Amino acid sequence: MQLIDQVAIVTGGASLRGIGWATAKRFADGGARVVILDIDAAAAVQTARAIGPQHLGLACDVRDEAVCKVVVQRVLDTFGRIDILVNNAGVSQSHRLMDSTQADYDLVMDASVRGAFNMSRAVVPHMRSRQRGAIVCMGSVAAQRGGGILGGPHYAAAKGAIQTLAKAMARELAPDGIRANAIAPGMVDTDLLVGKIDDAGKRRVADGIPLGRLAVPADIANACLFLVSDQSAYITGAVLDVSGGMHIH
Amino acid sequence: MGIGAEVCERLAAAGHQVLVADLDIVAAEATALRLRESGGHAIDRAFAIPLDVGRPESIAQAFDHVDRTFGRCDILVNCAGIAKVFPFLDFPLDNFLETMNVNVTGTLLCAQAAARLMVRRRWGRIVNIASVAGLRAVGSGRTAYGTSKGAVIALTRQMAVELAEHGITANAVAPGPVDTPMTRALHTVQFREAYAKAIPMNRYGSTAEIASAVLYLVSEDASYISGVALPVDGGFLASGARGL
Repeated sequence: MQLIDQVAIVTGGASLRGIGWATAKRFADGGARVVILDIDAAAAVQTARAIGPQHLGLACDVRDEAVCKVVVQRVLDTFGRIDILVNNAGVSQSHRLMDSTQADYDLVMDASVRGAFNMSRAVVPHMRSRQRGAIVCMGSVAAQRGGGILGGPHYAAAKGAIQTLAKAMARELAPDGIRANAIAPGMVDTDLLVGKIDDAGKRRVADGIPLGRLAVPADIANACLFLVSDQSAYITGAVLDVSGGMHIH
Repeated sequence: MGIGAEVCERLAAAGHQVLVADLDIVAAEATALRLRESGGHAIDRAFAIPLDVGRPESIAQAFDHVDRTFGRCDILVNCAGIAKVFPFLDFPLDNFLETMNVNVTGTLLCAQAAARLMVRRRWGRIVNIASVAGLRAVGSGRTAYGTSKGAVIALTRQMAVELAEHGITANAVAPGPVDTPMTRALHTVQFREAYAKAIPMNRYGSTAEIASAVLYLVSEDASYISGVALPVDGGFLASGARGL
């Protein structure tokens, strides 16, 4: 029960087979009260309820700074504290450079990077007032590899940006007792893959991964738990590859 | 207590049988005794093994003993290392070679020997204690140390790729400055002050904080993590030159 009494916000957490949900569930198992934010209001409420009655699901489009501030205030009014923020909201897109549009670029950049920027800025004043907090940003192996499987150049760029944002926040916020780290998942078997890659395709990808399988959401959720717990008290500004060795092969 | 001893304690507390291997067999015996006593005098909780990672024969002998006596090795933490600083222009060749021998070749040979045992059970965890000095030139004088730790990080990737099919993960931990007997001997007061200021968290790390990262990497929770160099450095690598 590493997170007993703590309050954690997980953005992009409504999809029941996703990283955000698995992370929220893991945190709840660790004793935390979780707040699931999602652009899909009904799904956020339903998912939070599925984890337990003490958890909260709220609608939030992280691309909108004003909405982020209102939502964070709502969390503080309900629970009185925020200890953890997981910036997981994001979309992937495999369009190649010349097949991408301005709208594609805006969608991917805003959901991932602007979303993390907005939500972090919304929670930091509170975390600063308590001189404690842990932020995790969801990057991707695509940032280092340049995408190529399910993410186009704009996706890879967005993930690179969010990882560097975590480092900069780590540097700036360390004196306030706030840690910020990123996780770089490899290929995770979630709903994001549905319709984009079939079982044969997944097997081909798995064959090229040293550990021989795709990630499951629990792999990422476990890494999030480590990075927000006291076990990582001296870790900040790190990018933790959870990719089965894909990042080096 | 150094990083290695702290790791031994945490592994024992997690329920593993711990083999404390060190050049200094007296110190290793003392650590093993302490572990047995703190574990309710469980007599097989911990044992000491003499090991000079700078000599291939010593490594071969140690792992032969492990095989014959315990029949298995599930986790290896390569923590043995040496560090001496000299200006680059005068860096003694013999110290450079010895540092590479102990820090890199020692890691290689221990990992090979341990992995041969891990392969039998198709499960294993290797954690190599590297350093932020392997990724950045920390201060001056670390020609041998920094280069050796960079090599350990690269070696870890090679291990990870080739051992993955056997169910073995290999990862490196890159500590920033840690308060240990080694740094108390190596770092001058001025250096400690300057280094702590260069860290966003403004302090050295503790052996407990390094051990926590090792324990995570050897746990089932980290079964999809391999070939990484995890910095445990208070934000040092993420930061640039402080005060600018």
